[in-house]
Formats: sequence, C-alpha cells, structure tokens
Amino acid sequence: MYNGGKIIIGLLIFIGFSTFPFLFTMGKVVPIPELKLDTPEIQKMVDKRCVEPKEYMKTEHMVMLNTWRDAVVRDGARLYKARDGRTYDMSLQNTCMKCHSNKKNFCDQCHNYVAVKPYCWDCHIAPQEGT
Amino acid sequence: MGINRRDFLKIAGISTLASIGGAAGLTLIKSGAIEAAQYIDDPRALKAKRWGIAIDINKFKTPEDYKRVMNACHTIHNVPEINNPKEEIKWIWTESYEHSFSSQEYANPYIQDHLKKKPFLVLCNHCDNPPCVRVCPTKATYKRESDGIVMMDMHRCIGCRFCMAGCPYGARSFNWRDPRPFIKKLNPEFPTRMKGVVEKCTLCYEKLAIGLKPACVEASNGGMYFGDLSDPNSDIRKVLASHYSIRRKAELGTTPCVFYIIGGQ
Repeated sequence: MYNGGKIIIGLLIFIGFSTFPFLFTMGKVVPIPELKLDTPEIQKMVDKRCVEPKEYMKTEHMVMLNTWRDAVVRDGARLYKARDGRTYDMSLQNTCMKCHSNKKNFCDQCHNYVAVKPYCWDCHIAPQEGT
Repeated sequence: MGINRRDFLKIAGISTLASIGGAAGLTLIKSGAIEAAQYIDDPRALKAKRWGIAIDINKFKTPEDYKRVMNACHTIHNVPEINNPKEEIKWIWTESYEHSFSSQEYANPYIQDHLKKKPFLVLCNHCDNPPCVRVCPTKATYKRESDGIVMMDMHRCIGCRFCMAGCPYGARSFNWRDPRPFIKKLNPEFPTRMKGVVEKCTLCYEKLAIGLKPACVEASNGGMYFGDLSDPNSDIRKVLASHYSIRRKAELGTTPCVFYIIGGQ
C-alpha cells in the first residue's frame, strides 16, 4: 500500500471525529424534560384540562396548530369545538399561551430536548415572563 | 421449482391490493385526525359578500382627524414606526391628491383647488380583481372568496415582493429589518411580522370575526363608512347612492373597493 501510514492516520482521525459525538455522550443520561404546569391561569382552573386530552396534545399539538392556522387564516373559521364539546378560540397567542404563559418552562423544555426550533415566535408574541 | 409468469402476476397483484388496503386502513384507525366539522362559526362575526369602505373627505378637517385613524390601525396591528421612507411600514397613511388620484389629472385638470391641496387617507383597496393576488407565487396573498378581503398569510410569504410591483396603489410594505424594535407598544393580542415578509391592511379580519368594524372606521367618528357593497340596502351603498364619489385609478380595472366621497348630498 502506497502511503499506508498516512492513510491509516487519516482514517483514524476521521473515525475519531465522526464517532466523537457518540463517544462523548456515552453513558451520560440527559434528564427527560419536566414541564411546569403551575402558571396562575392553570392553577385557577377547577378542572385542569387542555383543549384535548393530554396524550393527544403531547403527540399531536403541532398538527393541531398547523390545522388551526390554516382554518383561521385561510378559511376564516375561528372557533374550535373540542371532542368533549367545549369551544375554544383558535389562537396560539390568545388561547394556548394564556394558560401556558411559561414558554421557557413549557414549550422550550421539550423543543430544546429534541432540538427543534419552531419559528412561531418570529411573529407571534410570547407572553411576558420574569426571568 | 420455478414460478411461471401467470402466478407471478397473481401474487404481485394481490400483494399490491393488500398493501394499499392496509395503508388505507391504517390511516382510518389512526387517531388524531382533525375534522373540518370541528370548526364552528362565531355567531358574532360580521358577514358580507363584498366589503367596502367609503371615506367622506369632508369629515377629515384637521391633521388630528387623520392621525387618530392611522394610529388606531397601526397600534392594534403592531405596525412599526420606522422613520426612513425607504423602509417604512404603512397600512393606512396620507397621500397628496396628485399621488392618490394620478389619473384625475386627465379626467379633470381644473377640479376644485381645495381637493388638490387636501391630504387623502389611503389604504389597501381590497380590489375585486387584485393584481397582487395574481402575481403571488405562493398564494400568500389571496382574495377571500367569502367576503372579498384581500388577505395576507404571513406564514407563506417568501418576501419576493412581486405583489409590491403588482399593486398600483403602493399599499404594500416590505420588512427590510426585524420590526419588533420599532414597535413602541406591543399589542399582545396580535402578532408582529418578521424580517423578509410583505404586509398590508387586512381590513381587520380579526375584528370582523368577533363582530366589530375595522379600527379605522371605528376611530373615524363617522368619517368612514363600512359595509356590504353587494347589498343595496347597506349604509355604504346608501351613502354612495346619494353622494358623488371617486375611486383611485379605477381605469386600471382592478375594481378598488375604497371610495372617496367628494361631494355633498
């Protein structure tokens, strides 16, 4: 093999770089994000329920927000009838964030954990929070 | 043992059918799909087939009359105040007679002097045949078929500015920079815009949805009329039927729906 030494050193460096992220975090446990549901608005509620059941909101909230957006902006529909019959104004800023006024301890927790960066807040105004 | 052509086709056909059926079945049993039936109409919403605005210019006398209307719109919609004419954002503003009604110079060059000197409130004309909608490549701006409002979907705007070139009224503004630092007081109930999108008047669709008239009309103290142009008994039709009014650049065929009441009864 011509230049065998150089090639092998190069390969070793490459393998080192490419496996570094895995080796570096091996054995470390990243804590599962804990969501805080202790905002004043939620504490005031007698029956602590979101628009839809918790499990649904956990897995489908992004789908729901997308369909809400299209319904409000494109179709001019503004009220959402939940499965249990209650109605809600379809609004991220005025409905979701009114209860979940703790974006840092709620939205950001999971979004940072799974490294997604939703661009909602480029335009929509996040609630004021004391840091 | 080999497989003959006939058997192969049979197996291939059956497995294709099975996989299509399976996929369809999965989507059916998959929970979480939101159905259109879950949206309901707000009974308070104002409805019309063709919204229009009539501005009675005789009721705008002092600079405060104009300012009150412009501020009402700009504060509730988080419109930034950028004091650079190249970057400014405006939904409703004032323009000279010459700029507002350029074609009137030919129609009647000897029109009354007081008109030529007057500032005019101008805004998006919510055209019936909007050129901005025709040129938009993403359908970010579109005409609401239900009531004729020329709407903006900020989620879709890619900032190409074709609509700005298409609009003959200059009703559209581009966000050259992040607008947030230029908004004096945020209205927490309405979104802002971001850098790189075009914005304009949306005829207060968010207020109509809860049964209120547009902010400019509310703030005009009777200087602006708002109503359904397709309904002969609406306030706006009555006022237009009894007063002389003009429209901006109507000869272009965009069918603007903002009228300027010039004459008295």
